[in-house]
Amino acid sequence: MSLQFLVDGLLSGAMIGLGAIGVTLTYSILRFSNFAHGDFMAWGTYATLTVVSAIGAIVGKVHPFAPLSFGWPLVVALLVGMAFTGLLALALDAVLFARLRAKGQMIIVVMASFGASMAMRSLLEFLFSSRPAYFSRAIQIAMPVGFGIRITPDQIALLALTAVLVAGVHLLMTRTQAGREMRAVSQNLMLARVVGIDVARVVRLTWLIGGALACVAGVMIGVLVQVRPLMGFDMLLPMFSAAILGGIGSVPGAVIGGLVIGISEAAAVQFIGAEWRAAVAFVILMAVLFFRPIGLFGVRER
Amino acid sequence: MELIAYGAFFLTTALVFSLITLGLNVQWGLTGLFNVGIAGFVAIGAYTSALLTTPDDPGRFGGLDWPIIAGWLAAMVTAGLVAALTGLATLRLKADYLAITTFGVAVVVQLVALNAQRLTGGPFGVGFIPRPFAGLAERPLLFNVANLAIVAMVVAVVFLALVRLSASPWGRVLKALREDERAAMSLGKNARLYRVQAFALGGAVMGLAGAVQAHFIGFIAPENYLPTLTFQVWVMLIVGGSGSNVGALVGSLLVWAIWAGSGALVSAVVPTDQQARAAALQIVAIGVMLCVILLVRPTGLFGGRGAAGAGPRRRAKPKPEGRRHPTAPGVSRASPAARGSPRARRRRWRPRRRSWRCGYPRAPGRSNGARRP
Repeated sequence: MSLQFLVDGLLSGAMIGLGAIGVTLTYSILRFSNFAHGDFMAWGTYATLTVVSAIGAIVGKVHPFAPLSFGWPLVVALLVGMAFTGLLALALDAVLFARLRAKGQMIIVVMASFGASMAMRSLLEFLFSSRPAYFSRAIQIAMPVGFGIRITPDQIALLALTAVLVAGVHLLMTRTQAGREMRAVSQNLMLARVVGIDVARVVRLTWLIGGALACVAGVMIGVLVQVRPLMGFDMLLPMFSAAILGGIGSVPGAVIGGLVIGISEAAAVQFIGAEWRAAVAFVILMAVLFFRPIGLFGVRER
Repeated sequence: MELIAYGAFFLTTALVFSLITLGLNVQWGLTGLFNVGIAGFVAIGAYTSALLTTPDDPGRFGGLDWPIIAGWLAAMVTAGLVAALTGLATLRLKADYLAITTFGVAVVVQLVALNAQRLTGGPFGVGFIPRPFAGLAERPLLFNVANLAIVAMVVAVVFLALVRLSASPWGRVLKALREDERAAMSLGKNARLYRVQAFALGGAVMGLAGAVQAHFIGFIAPENYLPTLTFQVWVMLIVGGSGSNVGALVGSLLVWAIWAGSGALVSAVVPTDQQARAAALQIVAIGVMLCVILLVRPTGLFGGRGAAGAGPRRRAKPKPEGRRHPTAPGVSRASPAARGSPRARRRRWRPRRRSWRCGYPRAPGRSNGARRP
């Protein structure tokens, strides 16, 4: 038995977890499950890819950072992509979700997010065609780290980036005034408003953070695997499962849920067969809903 | 002649869609249950019936050579059972969990269809599904009209049954639960039980639709049941007007006409190598249409007052969100949920003036209270 699946699971778990933070924030603060979140991911990735190729066209070939497959253009492009995805989420909220939320029926907002998801995904297919794209076609040599595990420099860099981002979001949520306001709104919206919290600002912040993290997760998939219009939609079920497993509203819960699902998926690939990978998230979701619907770190709704 | 044959074919397909939409109307229109996995339930029905009625095939399981009607009934039972299980798992929880779970059901069904080669034929699908009136296959006109007749008959039976059912005491309980859950429960109605029943019934109708379609095409494959199918059916119901069985029929005919028409236009105008892209644009157009209808005319063409999604009278389930958070983001203070009687309004206003402001003069332009210390 090889322990390689642990590394693979950790990586896909990191991507799922980053995406699930956005899902869990949207659910607990805006109170609806956003089916368009996966498509934010795909849009962010394509935006990043576009900026990378634009930089490549202007500056010419840039040497990558020594052992990694990418150089500074990707870092710049990722920052641009994160801003773009956050703004995209804000724009979609302004055009669609905010107006429907005003009518007071959250399930209609869910339906609209499903429609928006389909439209956004197909628009990507129209713009970029459904052929997969790549950030880099260079092949990296994986280095052995013992116990039969191998890891590439890219993977280490991305895991480190995830750790930094997750720690950052956690500190933001627990140590800053903005984070306190977000938690207050998620716990009791009316009371939060009564004590003078600017709810509109909290909502904007939620979309910005969720969108930016979705973009990072998408770019990670793009760097490690490939970029496809469907990539976000395929991540949707794992992300929802991770958010529910961790307990809706809990940022550390979403990340841990993501890791659990990522590692279970990788284990399923090794022990059952790669074709059943996508069913793992569903099985975990059903188990959580049957036995502990509030998740690992969830709190009961008041 | 050709045109009539094509018309019959078109109508048959549209009627299959309207059958699915009728099933969705039981779940969403009547009960307010959000199903994002329609394609999964349709596929379950199609595969069940196909496996039971096809002639024996050594390559895979099934092939029991049952009569078609038995296959259809089995399809309804299987899809209904799966729907009931999904409902049992999620209907005691928040409304969104049902959406996520049904989405997962569709993903898993697609996966099984694609990978359980012994059971479903994998990506190659199941062929040789017996077709009613197979003897007429040599004469396309007669064959298409006969198919249309039988599909129309099934739709008519289901339609009449559902109309009766939604007017029956059972249907009235569902509407009551949708409109005011607490009032209905105080009359001793078990909300969860009724919702599971409605969800199972809707799932059974979707399964029947899948089976009917499978026997009318004669061949099924996993890519017939992609999320696009779910999406199309949703648009059909919303355009027609949720809560109305007539709306479900008309909406599906209309949207299918638009879909087929724009598809024909695309294949006639767009060069072959660009057609996949143009087809994607078709989905974008339908998606935008769904969002615009939700924004502009949420009742659809035929949705009456009190239909699910028909304006702010209906409260969200299972806990009325509008009630818990009268000032949810964007909800205006004058929203019906917050309005209440004059007396309740006075009660809500008093603390704002007296207790927590402690007599301090209100800062100009800060009606929402002090921002923070």
